[in-house]
Amino acid sequence: MEYPIFEVFIRSKNGLEHRHVGSLHAADEEMALENARDVYTRRQEGVSIWVVESKHITASNPENAGELFEPAKDKVYRHPTFYELPIELKHI
Amino acid sequence: MSKEINLEEKFQARIDAGERIEPKDWMPAKYRKTHIRQISQHAHSEIVGMLPEGNWITRAPTLRRKVGLLAKVQDEAGHGLYLYSAAETLGISRDEMEIQLITGKAKYSSIFNYPTLSWADIGAIGWLVDGAAIINQVMLTRTSFGPYARAMVRICKEESFHQRQGYEIMLGLAQGTPEQKAMAQDALNRFWWPSLMMFGPKDEDSPNTEQSVKWKIKRKTNDELRQQFIDITIPQAEYLGLTVPDPELKWNEERGHYDFGEIDWDEFWQVVKGNGPCNKERIAARTKAREDGAWVRAAALAHAEKKEARKVEKKTAV
Ligand SMILES: [Fe+2]
Ligand SMILES: [Fe+2]
Repeated sequence: MEYPIFEVFIRSKNGLEHRHVGSLHAADEEMALENARDVYTRRQEGVSIWVVESKHITASNPENAGELFEPAKDKVYRHPTFYELPIELKHI
Repeated sequence: MSKEINLEEKFQARIDAGERIEPKDWMPAKYRKTHIRQISQHAHSEIVGMLPEGNWITRAPTLRRKVGLLAKVQDEAGHGLYLYSAAETLGISRDEMEIQLITGKAKYSSIFNYPTLSWADIGAIGWLVDGAAIINQVMLTRTSFGPYARAMVRICKEESFHQRQGYEIMLGLAQGTPEQKAMAQDALNRFWWPSLMMFGPKDEDSPNTEQSVKWKIKRKTNDELRQQFIDITIPQAEYLGLTVPDPELKWNEERGHYDFGEIDWDEFWQVVKGNGPCNKERIAARTKAREDGAWVRAAALAHAEKKEARKVEKKTAV
């Protein structure tokens, strides 16, 4: 009988996004929050914590990385440098 | 069969290119197994390592020393957690790892099978044991398995305080009364050789090293890391006015390193096999913690279920 696993996300300071920092076991969300505070913010590493039970995360499969991410490779027209403008032009 | 070979070649090519391996990526079964073993044993070392130091928390000589030691031991619990979590990404459960520890199937660093007889031992451990651990762990921040490397980065950030608090204890004693200085020297005498053993057997007796280097689990060999530790530590011992218990230790101008005497490998293997001074005590303590905590875990889970059920009840009532 084991506690479920939770993933922990921390906002290091206001203005920044929450970032994944690790995981832990807890009986429920409240305990997960308390444990995350004790383990991941002992030196003021955060101002806000999210916890979510790992089983609720759906992840992409590395085996599908090709079909998922490769189509973006040849779409250079999605980048500003694709568009050729005269050098003397400013602020664009 | 040929498909497997192909995958393995591709995998090695990724490692050679300096890519990190993540948990859901394909990996050779042996890579997975080696990592489960190494990371879980590393985790066990952090947890068991709390025992010899925890022994002195209630008897720390001042409040300053007490809060420092308490914070350090608390960090070690966190290190254990980071590492257990990294191992769990490879498909082993926390429970399985705990059982492997208490049944003796999994090892932990043999240094923690030595007793802490005096307050000076706390200084020696912070300085030498955490110092040796840092050398190993800094190397591991660049290890090929992503979760392990990330845990190491987090751990390394916390470790340097551990070593400094240890050295400060040694410094205080070394500059204190003759009795205090003798106490510091005695701690150094007892912890020096076991600290050198922390880097593991000599390269020629370490058959796994070659594969580990190939997979970038290790980036330096045991002997290289041990030499690095000695070269860094001797000047620190000299600064304290203490001498390491090795008559053969001397600076080798030609090599640019310290030469040192032969480690007592019989002692090392004896401790690894479970015959060190505290092996039984350590396992007994971990077994007791697991058993005594069982009802708390069961109650917490039951409470969580009840709360969840009540939430559902409320929702359906509305
Ligand atoms: Fe640690
Ligand atoms: Fe430490």
